[in-house]
Amino acid sequence: MYGLGIAKGLLVTLKRFIETYADDIRRGKSRYTKEGIAYRSSPETRGLFTVQYPEEKLITPEEFRFIPFLLYEEKDGKREVRCTSCGICAKVCPPQCIWIERTTDPKTRRPVPDPKNFYIDVDICMNCGLCAEYCPFDAIKMDHDYELAVYDRHAHNIYDKEKLLKPVSYYAEIRPLNYEREEKARAEAEAAKAARAAARAAKKK
Amino acid sequence: MSEQTLAPTLNLEERFGAWVTPDTRKGYEGYLVDAAHLVEFATALRDEFGYDYLASLTGVDYLPEGKMEVVYHVSQSTGGGPLVFKVQVPRADPVRVPSLVSVYPGAEFQEREAWDLLGIRFEGHPDLRRILMWEGFHGHPLRKDWKEAYYEADVKPFKSRWPAGKAQRVEETLPFGKNVLYPEGFDPEQWTPTEETALYAGLKHIPTEDDLQTEQIVVNLGPQHPSTHGVFRMAVTLDGETIVDLKPVMGYLHRNHEKIGERNTYLMNIPFTDRLDYLSSLSNNFGYVLAVEKLMGVKPPERAEYIRVIMAELTRIVNHLFSIGMFLNDLGAFFTPALYAIEERELILDVFEAVTGSRMMCNYMRFGGVARDFPPGTLERIRDLVFNRLPAKIDELDTYLTNNEIVRSRCEGVGVLTPEQAIAFSTCGPVLRASGVPYDLRRADPYSIYERFEFDVAVGYHGDVYDRYLVRLEEIRQSIRIIQQAVQDIPAGPIFEGKQQYQVRVPAGEAYGRVEGPKGELGFYVVSNGKPNPWRYHVRAPSFINLTALAEMCKGGKVADAVVILGSIDIVLGETDR
Repeated sequence: MYGLGIAKGLLVTLKRFIETYADDIRRGKSRYTKEGIAYRSSPETRGLFTVQYPEEKLITPEEFRFIPFLLYEEKDGKREVRCTSCGICAKVCPPQCIWIERTTDPKTRRPVPDPKNFYIDVDICMNCGLCAEYCPFDAIKMDHDYELAVYDRHAHNIYDKEKLLKPVSYYAEIRPLNYEREEKARAEAEAAKAARAAARAAKKK
Repeated sequence: MSEQTLAPTLNLEERFGAWVTPDTRKGYEGYLVDAAHLVEFATALRDEFGYDYLASLTGVDYLPEGKMEVVYHVSQSTGGGPLVFKVQVPRADPVRVPSLVSVYPGAEFQEREAWDLLGIRFEGHPDLRRILMWEGFHGHPLRKDWKEAYYEADVKPFKSRWPAGKAQRVEETLPFGKNVLYPEGFDPEQWTPTEETALYAGLKHIPTEDDLQTEQIVVNLGPQHPSTHGVFRMAVTLDGETIVDLKPVMGYLHRNHEKIGERNTYLMNIPFTDRLDYLSSLSNNFGYVLAVEKLMGVKPPERAEYIRVIMAELTRIVNHLFSIGMFLNDLGAFFTPALYAIEERELILDVFEAVTGSRMMCNYMRFGGVARDFPPGTLERIRDLVFNRLPAKIDELDTYLTNNEIVRSRCEGVGVLTPEQAIAFSTCGPVLRASGVPYDLRRADPYSIYERFEFDVAVGYHGDVYDRYLVRLEEIRQSIRIIQQAVQDIPAGPIFEGKQQYQVRVPAGEAYGRVEGPKGELGFYVVSNGKPNPWRYHVRAPSFINLTALAEMCKGGKVADAVVILGSIDIVLGETDR
């Protein structure tokens, strides 16, 4: 019969339509909590997917990456920047949006492993995450903050060292699993180093 | 059995004269053919040896040797690896090589591209105009001695970034008005475009019948047209409402991806490949790393292979969902089916985000593995998707529209491409398979670990728009089947062979890596000279080459059909224009 296909198709639309309301009634207020948002983006979800941004926000997974930042550790109230200005991030960056000014020792004129300044042109950054991936010192990581709109990009969109620096505690908060893994590896490397030093000392005796 | 179905062992030097010699350069393969005998050679290859499918055609500028080389990759449509042959000619301006359009009609756009970007003039080409750049463009940008207006250095990394370290805004390095190069004596204010005349002159005219006075109308669909899914233009001559001839015009999104690629290091190219076909970035990654891995001679560990297959097949599902949705949009089923499809796509993109860190620009595969392992919970989620959710949802999409009478009457018998035409025009992917050619690289020339999985190659036999839709729907089902097997068998273990390095050592040579992307054969032709940057980096873009057959499919149809046919090819302009 002509038109049967259309009618069958419309039944699908009707089913979807009813499901939307059924889901809303069934889940009630819990649809609008954090768990509700998680449910809406899970394979179990029925009904509407949409999230009312900016009142509601999707949960960012740990690996989510957006614009790099630099890490510093807080030791006795002083900031200790992890970056040694080795330049690997600037070398590996595909659009070449990282500039590093190295510090040189005024007396010896040799480079000091602490960047004088560090720039990222976020207009060019393509959020690929290669800098964070290849940094040997875990000093540059990808951020989770994606709300970066500014009125004047000329004045704001070259991030300098001040703007890029964030504490390690922030990193531990946004990427707990990565942080844990890195700390473990660091502790292991240090223990191995200590063991080697101890062995060397024992040999000397 | 299999021995007999295989083509006779190639003994090309014996069959042909001294003008066919094996390519003996280290790391190279295939044959060098004398330019004067090229057409004869290609015809024999097609008719006697069964190499009826021209996969890729491109040029390489060997500036230090003063040579220009045209590289052809041909395959048999029954399956098997590609055969490479090359023509070397002295580097002049312009370089002259005979055209192969008469043997392989699929060479048409690829030869135009090589002329445009490398300045290789193909003698005997029916319509040799620039294709990606505009007519007034200065020079041929892929030539090694061509430098762009904002040229900083030949290769990355740039010295000014480190250790010199000077922050400079992009507007300062690229001041407006000074970021374009013009030929000498060229004034953009005074210039009147001539390429439009050439374009319209190339269109077929209506034969004037007896004393009937008919007027020919040329209509431009696009570049800004909702059906074009981007910036793409079709110049059409009409007889009433019927299309007499059609010529696609593209390049509006051209950024010379290949030149950027030749200046990048090998690793830097991976995030750039994401931006080719931005709906299926993981397939692009896959093709590129396969090509470079071939050169490097590394193989990823087992777990990485499985992860790659799972991700590539999820990408295929994502792409086909989107293409089916948008295709129905073109038909007039305004956005409801598209959004139903996009809902499922959203769930898969969430998986991509959790694994790779980004929903679309995944940048996930590396030479010898993948960037990181699945985070906890992801595999369960993929399992949940492919076993519970997706099959039911695909069935729902199927009942929703497949038998809809309007869809059927708009699609059946529209844009027909016979199997012979489909092969001749080098179409690939669902377009080729819907024409009754069961050519799927995952089966025809298996790569990665595809030979381990059980799945069927989706084929349609009518070659029309409707069959292309059905093939895509079936391919989603087959991809779900592959993922179901892969998530069951995925072993534990490392995801990367050796230590991750940012500067990979790639020995000199050439490699052609190809995958069956969602849109068809996605090939990467990479030439290395042992330096940290590729000497030549060419993308065989499926949606670009599929457009070669567009005119053939549209002729005789109505204007509204052209919109649907274009939708059924499923082009992405990021890849077409590169």
